[in-house]
Parts: sequence; C-alpha cells; structure tokens
Amino acid sequence: MRKAMISAAAAVMMALAGPALASGGVEIPKREWSFEGLFGTYDRASMQRGLQIYKENCSGCHSLNLMYYRNLADLGYEPAQIKAFAAENEVQDGPNNEGEMYDRPALPSDRFVKPFPNDNAARAGNNGALPPDLSLMVEARVGGPNYLYALLTGFTDAPEGVTVMEGMNYNKVFPGHQIAMAPPLSDDGVEFTDGTKATVDQQAQDIVTFLAWTSEPNMEARKKMGLKVMIFLVVFTGLLIAVKKRVWADVH
Amino acid sequence: MNTAPQWKNPVIRWVDERLPVFTYMDHEYGQFPMPKNLNYFWNFGALASIILVTMIVTGIVLAMQYTPHVDYAFNSVERIMRDVNYGWLVRYIHMNGGSMFFIVVYIHMFRGLYYGSYKAPRELLWILGVVILLLMMATAFMGYVLPWGQMSYWGATVITNLFSAIPLVGNWIVTLLWGGFAVDNATLNRFFALHYLMPFVLFAVVALHVVALHMTKSSNPDGIEMKGPQDSVPFHPYFTAKDAVGTGFFLLFFAFFVFFAPNFFGEPDNYIEANPLVTPAHIVPEWYFLPFYAILRSITFDVLFIPAKLMGVILMFGSIMILFILPWLDTAKVRSAKYRPIYKYVFWIFFIDCIALGWVGSQPPEGAALIIGQLGTFYYFIHFLVVMPVLGKIETPLPLPASIAESVTGGGGGASAGAAAAKMEKP
Repeated sequence: MRKAMISAAAAVMMALAGPALASGGVEIPKREWSFEGLFGTYDRASMQRGLQIYKENCSGCHSLNLMYYRNLADLGYEPAQIKAFAAENEVQDGPNNEGEMYDRPALPSDRFVKPFPNDNAARAGNNGALPPDLSLMVEARVGGPNYLYALLTGFTDAPEGVTVMEGMNYNKVFPGHQIAMAPPLSDDGVEFTDGTKATVDQQAQDIVTFLAWTSEPNMEARKKMGLKVMIFLVVFTGLLIAVKKRVWADVH
Repeated sequence: MNTAPQWKNPVIRWVDERLPVFTYMDHEYGQFPMPKNLNYFWNFGALASIILVTMIVTGIVLAMQYTPHVDYAFNSVERIMRDVNYGWLVRYIHMNGGSMFFIVVYIHMFRGLYYGSYKAPRELLWILGVVILLLMMATAFMGYVLPWGQMSYWGATVITNLFSAIPLVGNWIVTLLWGGFAVDNATLNRFFALHYLMPFVLFAVVALHVVALHMTKSSNPDGIEMKGPQDSVPFHPYFTAKDAVGTGFFLLFFAFFVFFAPNFFGEPDNYIEANPLVTPAHIVPEWYFLPFYAILRSITFDVLFIPAKLMGVILMFGSIMILFILPWLDTAKVRSAKYRPIYKYVFWIFFIDCIALGWVGSQPPEGAALIIGQLGTFYYFIHFLVVMPVLGKIETPLPLPASIAESVTGGGGGASAGAAAAKMEKP
C-alpha cells in the first residue's frame, strides 16, 4: 500500500505539472540541442554564428535589451574583440559638463543598442507590428528552442483557400498562421566567417542556440553547480540513512 | 523519563533558571514522546517547516534586489537572474520552493486524511493547518504577481475580479484590492508589501500548529493513542535521525528541479513582460491552484437566484472552507484507513477526484473537460457532505491492535525500555 501511495503521489505531481509543458496547436518536432540534458552546454561556434545572424539579419528590427556587450565573453570572444564589436554602434550619453547630450561609440558595459528608440517608432517602421525583444525568446515560448526553429523554418506559401492579409506572411507554426515578420532567413543570406555553409536550417539552428544563451546566460554555471550539489546530497543522504539505521537499531 | 534535566554547564544553568529555553527544548524536542510506529509520511510536517524557512530566507534576499514598480519589476527580476551574484540560484530556489511547499503540504494533508489525523482530540491542530493552507495560497498568489510577467498580470486580473461576484460590496472590494480601477502599480506595491508580511503571519500560525501538536502528540498509522513508554520513543535522536533521512531525499528532489529543470513548474508566458493590451491565449494559474480553478469554472449555470459566477466563487472557497468542519463531518470513531475497509477505497476515489480536477483546471473549460470538472466538483462536495458522515455510521471497522507496541513488535516493550535507558545516558 505504501508503495502504491508513493507512486500515486509521484503521478500526481507529473500529471499536474505536465500540462505546463504541453504545447497547443501545431505539432512541433523535437530537435537535438547542444544545451539540453544534464550536461548540455552552449555550442560556442554555433553561438558565434548566431551572433553574426542576429547582427546582420535580426538587429534591424529586434532589440536584445537584456544583454550587454560584455556578455559576449561567454561566446569565447577576447576583450579586444568585444570592444571592437561594441564600438561599431553609437549610443547617446551625457549630459556632459556643458549640459549637452552627445553620441559616443558603445562600450562593453553598454546594453545592446536598440534598433528603434521606442515601441511607437518600431511599429511605425514595421507596418504597425511590434518586433518583440529577443532576449528571453526561447524561455518565453511554449516549446522553447523547438518552436523557434519550427517558426524560422516554417515559412511556406499559403495553402489554397487561405488569403494572407496585406503585409503578412504565411507560417505553418505561428498561432493563426499569419505573421508580420517576412521570412528572415534565406540560403546563403549570411556569409559565415568560419566558412560553414549557410543553409536556412543551419542558420535557424545557430540563431536559436544564440537566443537560448541570451535567455539563460547562467545555464552552464547552474548545471555545473547542480552536479556537485547532487553528488553531495547523494553521499549526505547515504550517511543520514546509515545514522538512522544505527539510531533505530535498538527499537526494531 | 526525567522531566527536569540538571544542566551541568553553569552558563546554561544560569540562563535556564531565568529563561527556560534549554528545558523547553529538551522537553519539546529531546524527550518529547513520538509514537514508534510512524512511517515516512510523518516526515512531511518537518519538511514543510524546512521549506518555509528556506522561502523566508531566499525571499528576504530577493527583496533586497527587487523593484516593485510596473516599469522596473520585470527587468529587476531579470537583473537578479543575470547580474546579481548567484541571483539565479536564489531566485530558482524561491520559485521552485513555492511548488515544493505545496507538494509537501498536499502530501501532509492527504496523509492526515488517510490516517484520520484530524479527529478528536486533534481538531484544532487540523483547523490551524487549514489556516496555514489559506495563508500559503494567498502568499503564493501574490508572490506570483511580483515578476510582472504576462501570467502574473492576467492571473492577478482574473483572480481579483472574482471578488466582484460578491453582491453589493463586490466592486468595492475589487477596487480596494487593486488600489485603483485596474491591476496597476498600486496593486503591485500592495501585493509586494503583503507578500513580505504574510510569511511571518504564516510562521506564527505554524508555531501554534506545533504547540497544538505538542499538546495532543502525533497521530500514527494505527490511529490509536500512546498508552505508555513502551509505545513511544523520544523525539531526539529517533525522529531527528528519521526526519533527516526524509530531508535528504527531499533536498535531492528539490535540487533536481532547481538545477536541471528550473522552469518545469512555470509558464513560458511569464517570461513576457506584463502587457495590459495583450491577453494571453490561455490564462492558467500555478499548478497548485488548478483543482480549485476547475471548481470555479465548472459552474456554468445559475443556481436558483445565484448567478453562475458567484456560485463558482462560493464553491471554490467552499472547497477549502469545508475542511474546517471535516472533524465533525467524519462520524467514524476509528481514525486510520488501515482499519476502515470501505474508507480505504473512498479515500483513493477522493484522491483521484482531486487529481482529475487538477487536470481539468489546466484545460480550456469546454467539452469533456467541462463535464469531468462538473462531475468532479459534485463528487468533491458529496465526499465531505454525504460519504464521510454516512460511512462512519454504516462501516464496520476492523479490530484495532491493543497498543502501538503490539502492532509494531507483536507485544512487549523491552526494546523501548532500552531506548529510554540509552537516552538517559546522554549527557
């Protein structure tokens, strides 16, 4: 009976917590990601390619407000490279001693520069649609990386009988199938500096890996600490069981 | 068992003669008699107090970095996740700790239901437990609003709007909760203040719960009272050691989620900043509210002169309020389901009913889910209002063992006498 109760209790938790993970609507195929599993880490080369895609394809419309240029050290870049990367953008600073605002090149301590000064400007520049901030995109969507991959590779012609509104594009997985974003990736749309062939699938894989990192930059530290904590707790619990058996030996 | 320990250390003796903390601790946690037949389900009270302290400590640390303002709350949480040293760790512990608290407390409550722990003389102990559950729910609800994500905002909107169903004063109460005419900055601020306050109220009620427990002593799987030293073992070292084992397994379970699946219990939508202009497709509360949410939404029809919405609200609150009178609804004299051949199955039917309601709560209220929710809600109340009172009258319980010692060892108390002696040798 006790065993039945324990397994029933476990079943409750799974049953109750499960629906939070279930995705609605279209079936999203599961893919393999370097950052999944107990030991998963972010694929550095893929992230670097992802950064290049973000810079060349996405950053015209999508902000990355929660990231600082200094965070790029996680991708394996040297301080000098990060400084040069940041300096390609201009930020407004000030007021200076004369009380004037002035523009200066961005520093590693600055946040990623936004494409639009505010939401209204972003809508005005995008046919009334607001391109969402990408910082938390992987965590903020049901299905996470698999959904984003499916979305980015899911642009097709509208099936017969479906009229797509003006300025909208047909997408297999987007809720409602009409998305304001034009297909952002195309074969050889970028020329990767590391020579990797830039297919749409490859680019989708890379940008999603990059955005998984921006969603949770501390994931690797978390798993590394988790491993140590679990090993400690297993040993510690073993000792506690031994102690309990000794203490109770004279009662049983 | 000696009741007035002689303290050898002069400092301890000096303090104890003026403020008997050491005598108190020795009495309540040293010599305190525990039934020797307790199983591991009796660990969950201790686990709940551990997680309560964990929540308070991590919560205080988070409050040092959190900004309760609609413009900054979401980003201040992300700052904790990214730039505050070990902020991700503290926040993930707090975030998953909420779910852990409810898992532990629900198991603790189902244990009470199965073994009849709420029956005389433990009615007040049970009632204080229900008060703790209500305080936990209020605290968890307000805590979920603080990150100011989409689910925070819309969950707060849906739940606070429930109060508008109350006749006459409903709208006034909602305005009072909001501090305005919509969920806004004033709402966030008062929820933060109350979310910080209520755990300390909770802590005080937990203290009362423990005092009540120490008056009546623990119940046990056989549901018979301890009759003498042969039935019990002192709390320390026996239950400190046993609770420690449970704690070890609990921490393993807890740590797995914190480190390897920290967002398992969460909703992706809450990583989108609150936006009053965009309603999420599917507003769901945290998993621990799902059965109650299902009861709320299962009333889709007016009941006599009561509108459907008000009836749903009444039943949702009623589903917890009914627990207050459970000690008097259950007419059976025998406590433990072990000796109640029919209740044993009735308990599991009720358990499955609760799970089913939880599933319904996670689904849109339509089709099969709605019908299952209505049947589940009906049975939930039938269980308490009809089955429990009637079953106690018609069920023939199995014969109870003469004593706890007999049920454990088949008679005799030699082992326990040895245990008591071992205890006395301790300095």
